[in-house]
Amino acid sequence: MDLLEFAKGPALQVAAYILVAGSIWRLIGILLLKEKPDYSEPRQSAGLLAALKVIYTRSFTAAPFKAATLYPKMLAYVMHIGLFATVFLFVPHIMFFEGFLGIEWPGLPNNIIYLLGVAAVVASFALLVRRLTSPVLKLISNFDDYFSWFVTVLPLITGLMIPVRMGLRYETILAIHILSVALLMIWLPFGKLGHTFLVFVTRGTTGMVFERRGAKT
Amino acid sequence: MTTVDGRHELDREAERLAYKPPEIRHDKQGDMGSDERINKAMHNFVKNFNTQTASYLDGCLHCGMCADACHFHVRTDDPRYTPIWKIELFKRTYKRQVGPFAFFYRLLGLKRQVTIEDLEEWQHLLYDSCTVCGRCSLVCPMGIDIAGLVSMARHGMFKAGLVPHELHEVAKKAAETGSPLGITPDKFEDRADWMADEHDVEIPMDVDEADVLAVMSSIEIQKYPQSIAATAKILNAAGESWTFRTDGFEATNFGMLSGNPEWQKAASLKLIDAAVKIGAKTLVLPECGHAYMALRWMGANMYGKPLPFKVMHISEYLADALNTGKIKVKKVDKSITYHDPCQVSRRGGATQAARDVLNHLTGDFREMPLGGDYNWCCGGGGGVVTIKRADPLRHRVFKLKMDQVEQTEADELVSSCANCRQSFDDSQQHFGWDYTMGSLMEMVAENLEEDGS
Repeated sequence: MDLLEFAKGPALQVAAYILVAGSIWRLIGILLLKEKPDYSEPRQSAGLLAALKVIYTRSFTAAPFKAATLYPKMLAYVMHIGLFATVFLFVPHIMFFEGFLGIEWPGLPNNIIYLLGVAAVVASFALLVRRLTSPVLKLISNFDDYFSWFVTVLPLITGLMIPVRMGLRYETILAIHILSVALLMIWLPFGKLGHTFLVFVTRGTTGMVFERRGAKT
Repeated sequence: MTTVDGRHELDREAERLAYKPPEIRHDKQGDMGSDERINKAMHNFVKNFNTQTASYLDGCLHCGMCADACHFHVRTDDPRYTPIWKIELFKRTYKRQVGPFAFFYRLLGLKRQVTIEDLEEWQHLLYDSCTVCGRCSLVCPMGIDIAGLVSMARHGMFKAGLVPHELHEVAKKAAETGSPLGITPDKFEDRADWMADEHDVEIPMDVDEADVLAVMSSIEIQKYPQSIAATAKILNAAGESWTFRTDGFEATNFGMLSGNPEWQKAASLKLIDAAVKIGAKTLVLPECGHAYMALRWMGANMYGKPLPFKVMHISEYLADALNTGKIKVKKVDKSITYHDPCQVSRRGGATQAARDVLNHLTGDFREMPLGGDYNWCCGGGGGVVTIKRADPLRHRVFKLKMDQVEQTEADELVSSCANCRQSFDDSQQHFGWDYTMGSLMEMVAENLEEDGS
C-alpha cells in the first residue's frame, strides 16, 4: 500500500468514523442535559421559528457593532466562504462526494475555486496575525485556537499546492492533501471547530429564550 | 484669559491617557479552606446546567468581539474585561470536569486546575466589572448569552464565600430584614403615610382583596419616597382596585444579584404570596430593572408553576393605561431623552413601553444615539453600584453615558429604574454634571389630567 492508497483508504475511513462518532458524542453530551421548564408567561410565542430566526440573523452583525468588528468579520466571511466553496463546489471534490453519496451538484470553475482558496488562506493568516497581536485575543486564546487554525489552513494550502506541484509528484501531494483533510476531520469534533454544528445549538437556544421574552436577539 | 465652560468641573487631576486599575480587595465570607471554596464555586456553577448553557461554554470561538460591546473594556482597554474572559475559570472547569471530552482534557493536561488565587482575582471581574447588562450577548456571533453565564458564575462565587463585602452585606440585610436598606414593614407604612399627607393622595395599605398589588424598591422608599405618592396617584387615577402590602413590598432582589438562589427565591416568594393572598390579577413592579428580571422572567420558575397573576413593569403599566385611555397626561413643553434600564429593555423585552409613554408626554422625544436595545448601561447595574471599591471604574464607564445623553441636547433626562437613577445621581455628583436623572413614572404622575380617570 503506497501513501496515496493509505490516505484514500484507511486514513480517510478512520477519520470519517471519528468525525461522526465524536460529533454525535459531543452533541449528545450537550443535548441530553436536563431541561427545566420555563413557567414564565411568554410575551410572544417562540419555538423552532425563533431558533431558526436567530440562527439566520446572527450571521450578520448588528449595526451598532459593525464599525468595531468590521475587519475580523470580513476576514471571517472570506475564510468561511472560501472554505465552503473549496470543499463543496470544487468539481473533483463533487465527484468524490458523488462516489459515496450517489448525488452530484454543480460546481464552480476551477480558477474561481483557486481564487477563493487563496483568499481564504490570506484571510486565515490575517486572522492569525490578529490573534497574535490583539491584547484581547492574546489573553483569551489557547492551544485549541492555534491548533484548530492549523488543521483548517493545512488542507487549504496542500489543496492549492496540487495544481502548482512545487516539484512533487502528483500522487504524493494528493496523498498529503488527503491526510491533512483527515487530520481536520479527526480534530473537528473535539475543539472549537465543533462550532460547525454547535452554532445551531447556541444561536437556536438563545433565540428561543430571548424571543419568548420579546427581548432583543 | 479663558472662560471655563461651566458644564463640567475643571479638574486638572483628571485621567488622561493612562488608566490605573482600582485597588482590588479579595473579600471572603466564612472560614472555608481553599479547596472547599474551589469545589463549591465550581459545583454551584455547573449545578443548573442545561443544553443552552453547556453549548455556550462549548461554543465560544475566542473571537474577542464581546470586548467591543462591553463598556468596561471599551473605556479601559484592559483585556481582562473581555466579557467571555470573565467566565474563563468556569469555562475551563466545565471542559475539564463536565464536558463531553472532560476525560481527554484531564488526560492531556490541556486545562489547568483553577486555584484560589484565580477565584480571588475573578471576584473583581465577575462583580466589580460586570453589570450583567447583556450588551456583549448581542454581538456574539455564536449567540452566546455571556451575561447569563456571569450570573451563573456568581452562584458559584456566592457559595464559595467570594462575594465583594458590600454587596454581600446588602444581600444579607435583605435576606434578614426583607429589605437591602433595612426598611421594615413599619417603616414602609410610615413613609407611605408621610407621602399620603405630603402629596394629599390616598394610599391603600394592606387591603385584603385587590386587583392590583403595587410594590416598591427600597431605593425608592429611602431615597426617592415621592415615587410612593406617584404610584398611588397613577393607580388611583386609573381607577384601579389596588393596594400596597406590608407583607410583600420589596421588589429588589439582591439574592439574585449577589448569586444566592435561595435568597432570590425567598424574596420572590414574598411578593408572590402577597399577590396570591389578595387575589391580585396584576402585580405592578416599580421602576427597577433587576426586579423585572427577577419576577417577570424568573419569578414563576422560583414558584415552580405559572403565576396566577400578570407581572408588569410600571412602564408597561403606564403604556397600557395611556394607550387605552385609562389615564391621560398633559404634554410637557420640553424635549426628553430616555435611558433604558438593561433588564427591562435589552434583556426584558419591554423596550417599546417607555417610548409609548414618552410619546404621550412630549412631542419631542429624543432617542439617544444607540438608544433602546443597544443602550450603554449606567454602569451601576448588577449590584456594581453597591461596591465601593468599584467606584473609580464605574465613574470611568459613566463617561460613555454622559456622551450619549449630551448628544441628544434634550431638556430632560428620565429613566424607569431607581437603581440607574441612583447610579446617575452618584456620577452626576462626581463629575459635577448638569443633567439630573428623573423618573418616567413621576413625570407621568406630575402631568396627569384630572379628568383622566
